[in-house]
Amino acid sequence: MANKNNNNTVMQNKTMIVISIIILIGIFFGMKYTYNQSQNNKTVTLSENQSVLFKRDSSFTIGPDNAKVQLVEYFDPACETCSQFHPYIKDILEKNKDKIQLVLRYAPLHKDSDKVVVMLEATKKQDMFLESIEASFKTQRNWAGHDGHNLNNLWGTLSDLGLDMDKLLEDMKDPELMKIVIQDIEDGRKLGATKTPSYYVNGKPLQQFGLQNLKDLIQSEMDK
Amino acid sequence: MNLNIRISTKIIFLCFLVASSATLGSLFFSDIMGFIPCNMCWYQRIFMYPLSILFLINLLYPDDNVYKYTFPIVVVGLLFAIYHNLLMLDIIPESIVPCSSGVPCSTEYISWFGFITIPSLSFIAYFMLFILLVFGKEK
Repeated sequence: MANKNNNNTVMQNKTMIVISIIILIGIFFGMKYTYNQSQNNKTVTLSENQSVLFKRDSSFTIGPDNAKVQLVEYFDPACETCSQFHPYIKDILEKNKDKIQLVLRYAPLHKDSDKVVVMLEATKKQDMFLESIEASFKTQRNWAGHDGHNLNNLWGTLSDLGLDMDKLLEDMKDPELMKIVIQDIEDGRKLGATKTPSYYVNGKPLQQFGLQNLKDLIQSEMDK
Repeated sequence: MNLNIRISTKIIFLCFLVASSATLGSLFFSDIMGFIPCNMCWYQRIFMYPLSILFLINLLYPDDNVYKYTFPIVVVGLLFAIYHNLLMLDIIPESIVPCSSGVPCSTEYISWFGFITIPSLSFIAYFMLFILLVFGKEK
């Protein structure tokens, strides 16, 4: 008899344990949902008030200004995921010509990335910006490092592209370039672009990172 | 030192709640709110996460040995938590802590009511576990 009672309490205990686990996990996901929702609202209100956070006059864009979808990418030239995503982004742009505009913004999170970004920004004056970015993505493993970059190797990559390196060196001295970079960093911080790449589609942040999720978000804006 | 101490089921259940809340809470800070954990936080996580599993296993398959396995882990975690809080309060200088992951351990991510920070939450959790295990002996 005593044994049976004992079994009953063990069973009751187990039920209580299972219920408490479910409650704990429920609270976790509930808070996750609430938090994401509030972050989302924050960015949406930010974007309504300050569309400049997504695109400055200095920002590099691909696609028409009046495109239905504005895709903003905060990237770091040294970020591996950015380089892996780049071909897919180009593919998306290719498939939706005239309907989508890509805005590239800097988020130089790695050490020395700000110097790389200034170098890339200077290539704009020779109209070689996109080519330079793509070349630096391709040769990333030769120059990018977690404790600082090998700028000489990147310099070599850019000179192989046929850039006028003397002009580039001269252009890089322009203090305006650093101002653009600092502006991008500030805008990124305000938007909460703490990871690269960070995507914003018509002002909406990509909640769950992933190529398919990005495609879905773009599609949902496209269908509006 | 006698480690053969029987802890009552209710106390173990409370311990489980504390440990699993701390586990899920720290995951919330890092994975949802996107705070990067510093080295010290990682050491405290290392000792907190298995506690939630150990207490859970003991609840589901009870025996008298849970104190023996969990108390040492709680003590080590508590020492890390004390150390980290001393860092935050500027009692110990930061430079002697190896913080190579890029986030200094004295970074304050949250500050609720002026005194609740992530390290202080960690300390509270470890301290509660410590008290529960020390005073939770079955009479």
